[in-house]
Amino acid sequence: MDNIVEINKLAFLRNQRVIFNDVDLDIPKGKVTAIMGPSGTGKTTLLRLMGGQLIPAKGSIKVAGQEVPRLNRRALYQLRKRIGMLFQTGGLFTHLTVFENVAFPLREHTSLSNAMIRSLVLMKLEMVGLRGARDLMPSELSGGMARRVALARAIALDPDLIMYDEPFSGQDPISMGVLVKLIRTLNDALKLTTVIVSHDVQETLSISDQAYVISNGRIIGQGTAHSIRNDPSPSLQQFLQGLPDGPVPFHYPGKSLAHDLMSEDLT
Amino acid sequence: MINQVAALGRIGLEVVRQYGKAGIILYRAIFRVPDIRKGFSLVVQQIYAEGVLSLLIIIVSALFIGMVVALQGYHTLSKFGASQQLGPLVALSVARELGPVVTALLFAGRAGSALAAEIGLMKATDQLSSMEMMAVDPLQRVIAPRFWGGFISMPLLTIIFNMVAIYGAYLVGVKWLGMDAGAFWSNMQSAVDFRLDILNGIYKSVVFGVVVTWIALYQGYDAVPTSAGIANATTRTVVYSSLAVLGLDFVLTAMMIGGW
Repeated sequence: MDNIVEINKLAFLRNQRVIFNDVDLDIPKGKVTAIMGPSGTGKTTLLRLMGGQLIPAKGSIKVAGQEVPRLNRRALYQLRKRIGMLFQTGGLFTHLTVFENVAFPLREHTSLSNAMIRSLVLMKLEMVGLRGARDLMPSELSGGMARRVALARAIALDPDLIMYDEPFSGQDPISMGVLVKLIRTLNDALKLTTVIVSHDVQETLSISDQAYVISNGRIIGQGTAHSIRNDPSPSLQQFLQGLPDGPVPFHYPGKSLAHDLMSEDLT
Repeated sequence: MINQVAALGRIGLEVVRQYGKAGIILYRAIFRVPDIRKGFSLVVQQIYAEGVLSLLIIIVSALFIGMVVALQGYHTLSKFGASQQLGPLVALSVARELGPVVTALLFAGRAGSALAAEIGLMKATDQLSSMEMMAVDPLQRVIAPRFWGGFISMPLLTIIFNMVAIYGAYLVGVKWLGMDAGAFWSNMQSAVDFRLDILNGIYKSVVFGVVVTWIALYQGYDAVPTSAGIANATTRTVVYSSLAVLGLDFVLTAMMIGGW
């Protein structure tokens, strides 16, 4: 099997609002796949669907050959041990040190000795360059450092698939450069499969083997970074070039300006 | 008319849905206990966070409440020449009513609000979601230890409240107002029944412990993950817990007096 994730005819609604409609998407093994799109298009929702935190209205989501929405709790938790996920906020446990945060999944899921856990944690922290910060609390970390700690925790159990939710948002150029390099390096060195959900176009495409662009509940573009950049679709080009007006209008839908100005309704 | 009926139906369904969700959380908190090796230390941590850290407010409040009851009681009993009955008055008031009820109200304000805020914040900062994605059940790892921490802490806090309040009454009645210490203690001993008065008060505190902790955990777990949502969850915890404690106190008292 070449794809670790296979999504077919996916439909998902939230409060009667269609988030996805008839979406097909494959994530090939060993590659870095980007899922991009404007804010509010459901990119994070897609990751949560893949992780079994949400249930689709229709369609199939297969991860490592298993139909995620149909798994019982035990099977889902077994599958999740093979998946690492980096949340936008990092999701670090605020009452634990950096070391204990990374050790958490090892302590929960293995019966390794403390000495072995210590060695593993230090190796993971070394990979993200934060071995020296092991005794700090999450509140003492910068945003970039917190994401790197969360990354070390996400790879603690040596997963097959790692999913990043907006890893670059709110990062300064140095932190962003570090994260971009780390994601690619870890993918290749640990033979992972990587999914990056992001709207930072240049950084994400620079390390992606393939990309999907989602808008209005459907996929509006897919392919390699090069083919995405050269796709003539107006929707795609508006997103890639950050144009203020286009298929996604600048103005939120409403009555005309003249109507509002001439109206006697003062609300 | 139809719209009003529909609106009433919607409210009814929402209430049932909320109770259903809260019931599921309580069920899982009780039955999805972590294994004894990890679970024991987690529960002990929560007994410290919910019980030990509430001790100061419980002890200070109990002391003043005991002193005030003694002062008020002494002056009222003196009018009937029954000031020697101060000991039974204080002991029965505290053991049967004031101890469990005031402890539960203070616990809701101190530990309940902290629980709701902590869990709401864990939800808002994706700590619960990341735990789920690490194949660790937050209900087992976060909610269950906190539930058992509250369940164990409340009766212990109530016992401490009762003892301190009676000591406060002793200070006022005997040391300040000059009552005979022997009369104070012996009248109390002869009037208070261990099962009917002391144990019934403890039973109440166990029920209050379950209810207050349950409300706090549910409000935190179900909070809208924003700062306003967490603030609402904290407020609702204190309000709902207080109302539940006072309402249940009446029901339990009626049952106990009815000889259940």
